Formats: sequence, structure tokens, C-alpha cells
Amino acid sequence: MKEILDALQESFGDRVTVSEALGQTVVQLPAAEIVSVITFLKSQGFNMLIDITAVDRLGREPRFDVIYHLYHLEHKTWLRLKVQVGGDEPSVPSIAHVFASANWAERECYDMFGVRFRGHPDMKRILMPDDWNGHPLRKDYPLTGLDPLPPLVHE
Amino acid sequence: MAEIETTFGQVDPETGLKPMVINLGPQHPSTHGVLRVRLALDGEQVRACEPIIGYLHTGIEKNCEDLTFNQAITLTDRMDYLSPITNNFGYVLGVEKLLGVEVPKRCQYIRVMFAELSRIASHLVWLGTSAMDMGAMSPFFYTMQQREQILDLIEMSAGTRMNPSYFRVGGLLNDLPPGFEEKLRAFLDGFPRWLQEYYNLLDRNPIWLERLKGTAPITAEQALDFGWTGPLLRACGVPRDLRKTNPYSSYEDFEFEVPIETDGDVYARYHVRMREMQESLKIVRQAIDHLPEGEWHVPGWKIYPPNKAEIGRNMEALIYHFKLFTEGIRVPAGEVYSAVEGPKGEIGYFIVSDGSGKPYRVRVRGPSFYNLQALPTLVQDKILADVVAAIGSIDIVLGEVDR
Repeated sequence: MKEILDALQESFGDRVTVSEALGQTVVQLPAAEIVSVITFLKSQGFNMLIDITAVDRLGREPRFDVIYHLYHLEHKTWLRLKVQVGGDEPSVPSIAHVFASANWAERECYDMFGVRFRGHPDMKRILMPDDWNGHPLRKDYPLTGLDPLPPLVHE
Repeated sequence: MAEIETTFGQVDPETGLKPMVINLGPQHPSTHGVLRVRLALDGEQVRACEPIIGYLHTGIEKNCEDLTFNQAITLTDRMDYLSPITNNFGYVLGVEKLLGVEVPKRCQYIRVMFAELSRIASHLVWLGTSAMDMGAMSPFFYTMQQREQILDLIEMSAGTRMNPSYFRVGGLLNDLPPGFEEKLRAFLDGFPRWLQEYYNLLDRNPIWLERLKGTAPITAEQALDFGWTGPLLRACGVPRDLRKTNPYSSYEDFEFEVPIETDGDVYARYHVRMREMQESLKIVRQAIDHLPEGEWHVPGWKIYPPNKAEIGRNMEALIYHFKLFTEGIRVPAGEVYSAVEGPKGEIGYFIVSDGSGKPYRVRVRGPSFYNLQALPTLVQDKILADVVAAIGSIDIVLGEVDR
């Protein structure tokens, strides 16, 4: 595990920062590097992409943390990658061509947070209806929704 | 899935025929909930397949942000409603990791016991319903009969059968009730005979074998690529079981095997789950035999509330109780990922706390969400009837896929 992180640090220099939180390893990196870092880690044996999600830090700029969890089968350990994105139209390069599991995970992340994944084969909503207004997991999205509920129609 | 969009409804240049596009679901008994599968068929053959999900989206992750840490447990119940206890498990472990506390041994053993019981309960539903999908009615009644006994055990200790919320941050709802052990032992003694009965009903049934063997196969590389976990991955020959690889809650104390099959087809998945039930039974038996005495929740009143009798006597206890139920537990700011081995795979929780009584963000990594994603690969160029077998073998719960 340590060798992989050292190798990562060596190839990417100070663009990546490795830290530890509650016994879990976290790697911070810029959005532009995500595809190369994930490809590098995959070649080092992190062959499962467990999850992709985001956290909305409203009030901070850049506003979103996009979180990737990888798993190493031999070392039996998880690795968390963290990318900060912001701006009016936040976007990250897609890794759907590296891991098949990223396809739906990125779609869900887009659906819930409005973070776009550039180069994704089918960037559309997955859980909410296609014509839904807003991205529900953003902190400025009210719990009751942006639009009033449609009236009940008795037929 | 862009290429699917173009193949749907397109004229085949070779035959000049247009494939028939049909919807399997969202209201169809074999889709186990409200899953819609869009299929382009050429006769009986599947040319393209696209699962469409979201019909059961209830905004659980959003709602968790509006509840205290303990209240949010009730929502985790409602995701994988066939084994709610394993959902509670991952969540409370995550919050405890943020708090930096470890529950006493007795509590850990009881948690393991209930997690394994609900694994059996979940596999029994899978066995019954997927046998019914294949046209075998009777296994369903026999499996439900045994599942009922497990639900009775859960009801005895948690008060409810389906959404127990039995695990709390820092402990359990309550200790094992009187009479529980006898009832559990009666179940443990009776169940192996029933497990054999299920084998007798299915394993020599020519229709069952014909439908399952070689159906919807997948290689280990593909399975890893799709983020498959749990029995599905183990049916492809990858021995990844979080109970062994990353033990939590004293799983290292128990002796059990991790069943592996290498064929990666529906039949392999069936065998892995059947043998897993046997192993779970072993774990439950060890847990009840070696159940440590002592406390079953963390000491002090800052995390686990004082009991009712104490509140009547002690002013301080009353204050802590009031604080815990109005403001919630104060969890230090931080981020944590905690995962447990659920019946369907890795149930992961990414919990972010900002130091208040409510979680800032709860992300649930539902195993079914990732498992279902591979469906188009499983059924490509197979016949329509295999789609039903494949969906049954993935063992999806739509409450967890859509959350």
C-alpha cells in the first residue's frame, strides 16, 4: 500500500496530496488529473471502483467535493480520491471508459448534484425524471422540492 | 449506453427487419419491484437491453441530512427492506467510527448474530422468488415459512418485523429478551433440515438445472469492472468477503468459510447463496454459544441514552436524555467510509459530519445499484426468458437501487 502511494507521489509530484483521516487514506488531486491518476492506480492493482459521489460544501469555493472510492483486492484496502470542482457549471472528466461501474455512478452524481462528467457516453438523469427542475442533493435545494407538487387529479 | 440508443428500433441491415422494442416492467412480477427493462428483441433474442431505474426513488440521502444521527437509522431500514439489519449495521459502524467509540463485545456478538440471521432471511426471499420466476411455486411457501421464524426472532427483540432499527449508535435498542435463546436454538436446530429440503426440491429438478446452468455468465474481470460485490462476485471465483478481508464487529472471532464458485453463471450464484446460508447458520450458533456477558451499549449518557428508570431518579440523566432526543448526538466533524458485507454485497456508507447533531451528508453505496448495471452484458444475445433468470440471480431490491 505504502509503495503504491509513494509511486503515485513520484509520478504526479505535488499535484496530489496524500493524507490520512480516521485511519483511511485520502488523496487530493486536481480535476484535470483524475483520469490519469485512476488509470495509474488501476494498473497498480486498485481494480475495483466502489463508488463515486459528491459533497456540496455550499459557501465554499470550489463548491463541490467529488469523491471516488477504490478497492485493492490484494492489499484489502480502500482508497478515497477527492476532487474539488466549482464554478457555475462544475464538471470533471469522466472515467467511464476506465471502469464500467462509473457509468451509472457518474450519472447519479450528475442527477443529484449537477456535476457534469465530460466525455461520459450518456450523461443524463438516472433517478429523477428527465424533465426535473434542480438537483436534489444540493444544499440550496429545499427538502420539499423547488416546484409545488402537481394537484391530485381524480378521474 | 449511447450505442444502445442507436440500436433501439433500428433496421437490421442484414435482414431488413426492425427489432421489436418492449418494456419488461415497471409493473411485472419478475422484476422484483418497480424496475423497467427496455428490450430490443429479434424474435426471442435480446439485441439491446437498458434497465431504467428511479421509480422507487424516495430521496433517502437527502432526508438523512434533515434528521439526527439516530433518526436516520430508520431510513436505512427502508432501503434494502429484505434485510434492514445489515443496512443499520454499516451506518452505525460509520457513526461510531466518527465518534471514536467501540461497542462492548456482547453488543458486537449480538450484532453479528442478527446480521447473519437477516442474511439468511434475505437469501430465503431470493430463493423463493427466483424459483417462482422459473416456474416452481412450492419453494416459495417453504422459504417464507422459515423466513417467518427469523422475523419472529427480530420482532421479539426489536418490536417490529420489517423495519426494526434494532442497531443504535453506541449499542442496540435493548438486550436480548427472555426466552430468545430457546427460540433461536429451536430455529437453528430445525433449519438445516429445511435447507436440505430446498436442495431436494430444486437441485434435481431438470427444469431448474436446464434454466440455470450456463445462463447469463460473466467473467471475473467483467464482474470486477462492474463493481460487483457479494455472492455475485464470489460466484465468479473472486474470494472477496468483507467479513474475512476487512473484519468488523468481531467477525475475526468466528470460524466460517467463504463459499466460492468459478462458473460465474446463474447456477453458480444459486450455489454460493445456498452454501452461504449454511455458513451463516454456523456463525449464529457460535455467537449464541459464546455470547459474552456484560454491557450491551457504550457507557455514559453522551452517546447512548440513559434508561427510563434512571431518568425517574436522576436529574442529570433526564437532561442528557432530553439533549440526546432534541439535539441528537454531537458527532465530531469528519468524513468516514464504512462498509459491511450485506446479503447482496458491499453496503458502504460515506458519512460526513460537520460537528452538529445531524449528518452533513450520508452517501449510501447500495450493492444492487452496481450489480444491476451489468444486466445488459449478462443478457446480450440471449433469449428473453434468460432475462428473467438473470434479474432473479442478481437479487436486486429496488428500494436500495433507487434509494
